[in-house]
Amino acid sequence: MSSTALAIDPTGPRPIRRFAPSRIFIYAVLIISAIYFLIPLYIMISTSLKGLEEVRLGNIFSLPMHITFDAWDKAWNKACTGLECLGMHTNFWNSVKITVPSVIVSIAIGAVNGYALANWRFKGSEFFFIILLVGSFVPYQVMIYPLVLLTSKMGIYSTLWAVIMIHSIFGMPVLTLLFRNYFASLPAELFKAARVDGAGFWGVFFKIMLPMSLPIFTVALILQVTGIWNDFLFGVIFAGPTNYPMTVKLNNIVNSIQGVREYNVNMAATILTGLVPLTIYFVSGRLFVRGIAAGAVKG
Amino acid sequence: MSATAQPISNVATASAITKPPLKIFRNLQSKIALTPMMATVIVVFIGCSIWTIVYSLTSSRILPTSNFAKDFVGIDQYTRLFTSSRWQLSVRNLFVFSIFSLAFTFVLGFLLAVFMDQKIRFENTFRTIFLYPFALSFIITGIVWAWALNPAFGLQKSVRDLGWTNFTFDWIANRQMVVYSLVIAAVWQGTGLMMALMLAGLRGIDDEIWKASRVDGIPKWRTYWSIIIPMMRPVFITALVLFAAGAVRTYDLVVAMTGGGPGLSSQFPTVYVYEFMFVSNLAQGLAASSVLLAAVAIIVIPWAFYEFGQKKS
Repeated sequence: MSSTALAIDPTGPRPIRRFAPSRIFIYAVLIISAIYFLIPLYIMISTSLKGLEEVRLGNIFSLPMHITFDAWDKAWNKACTGLECLGMHTNFWNSVKITVPSVIVSIAIGAVNGYALANWRFKGSEFFFIILLVGSFVPYQVMIYPLVLLTSKMGIYSTLWAVIMIHSIFGMPVLTLLFRNYFASLPAELFKAARVDGAGFWGVFFKIMLPMSLPIFTVALILQVTGIWNDFLFGVIFAGPTNYPMTVKLNNIVNSIQGVREYNVNMAATILTGLVPLTIYFVSGRLFVRGIAAGAVKG
Repeated sequence: MSATAQPISNVATASAITKPPLKIFRNLQSKIALTPMMATVIVVFIGCSIWTIVYSLTSSRILPTSNFAKDFVGIDQYTRLFTSSRWQLSVRNLFVFSIFSLAFTFVLGFLLAVFMDQKIRFENTFRTIFLYPFALSFIITGIVWAWALNPAFGLQKSVRDLGWTNFTFDWIANRQMVVYSLVIAAVWQGTGLMMALMLAGLRGIDDEIWKASRVDGIPKWRTYWSIIIPMMRPVFITALVLFAAGAVRTYDLVVAMTGGGPGLSSQFPTVYVYEFMFVSNLAQGLAASSVLLAAVAIIVIPWAFYEFGQKKS
């Protein structure tokens, strides 16, 4: 009754007055919050463009007087951790070498898991899935030492293989959940029709499910690339010093206590490390939000 | 769940009419495909956790003991853990950090979501700005905030340069306050995600409710308070569990921002675990991590029952 009354209400939906006090208040809150969120980004960029004397004299909020990219050059080519002065560039490639295979393997496993769980359940499959999900909340520290033993038994500890394996294992809960929900949302008729046509487990997967799942693959890709690129703990434990990813190197550069602290180089190194995930974030926009929401919200 | 399971089992039985296969071979392909997952669950999530608990009952030092019976010490490691002042400090820090970061992230995230839901312009721009910290590594967050809060260069100096020469904001160098500087960084990093979750929850609420409350002349804030917030309980619970379990894991942020210092004042349980596990006393580290396991179980298991238990009925 009340909804029909609303529909013929002569005034219709109340027009939004642009300069009403409540609107101004809303925008003021949003803008102040936006400034708070942007300040660290501003500090990072402006500090990285300053010379070291200027950093030591000026305050962090001031714009650089003389813009110089020396700090960036140093961060990339010759920043030091203790006695070693090799910069970030080798570690950038380490991060690439870790991220690319880890993303491919973890998504492949997650997609197959999700498909099997959505369309080919058997007794106990949901039980394993629930343990996997609950297990994903367990702090990694609980499982890490036995995994160190396991990988060293396998002879891969301190190699890229170990980090890739660990990322694939710990990416499994979220990716399986993501793909399971997606495949379950596809119309069941498709699956049935393919079955009637004689397609088996893999036939349905490759011919029906995969071609329809580009959107969810993109979301999974964003989720995994940013997540694995930003990892620190697995990199520091399983990769071994020659394979340290960028995050580990960054922390070592910033927290090495020898000599003068070069804050401008630190900030440049920080930006360099954040460039890949930030680029993905700005380019993918809504898909990133979908990815983290799907990773965060229940099944 | 059962709605989607129904047609599938029909298909399976239809194809199996000719000859009923042995139970173990039913859905064999699916079982093979899920082998990596089942192996992971058994070996990693269950096996490794049990291994950790079992070896926390030994006196293993640098390496795990080879003679379990000889080095079995019962709950000695736990007694030592709970009497260690460093562990007590870690736990206290974790509590303070979790409560404050959770409260601020939650309230700010919800308020921002409410404001974002008022049909504002530039919504995408605001959302991008609020959420970008979440795209960054905790290592980056820690380093940037350590720099911004550094008393000699950062906020304190800037305000003093403006003329307030007595202004003091040295939380990161202050043993009593350092944990709150970690809260600042964590809130900066997490609020965007919280906002995104809350906004999704708000958008999921039926428009009819808003129409009805407007017809009845209920003010907006009352609608939020008495209708929308109670309706969003599932979203709230999920977000709380997610962030609480995340807070227990906090490690990278502490390592990058304070390194556990000054002194030992910003120690966290995870830092304690790492240092004992890989540096000095393995079994002590294992005992500490088993306690973390228990802490997470207390948060997650009731939620899991709430989540999965309801769906079955």
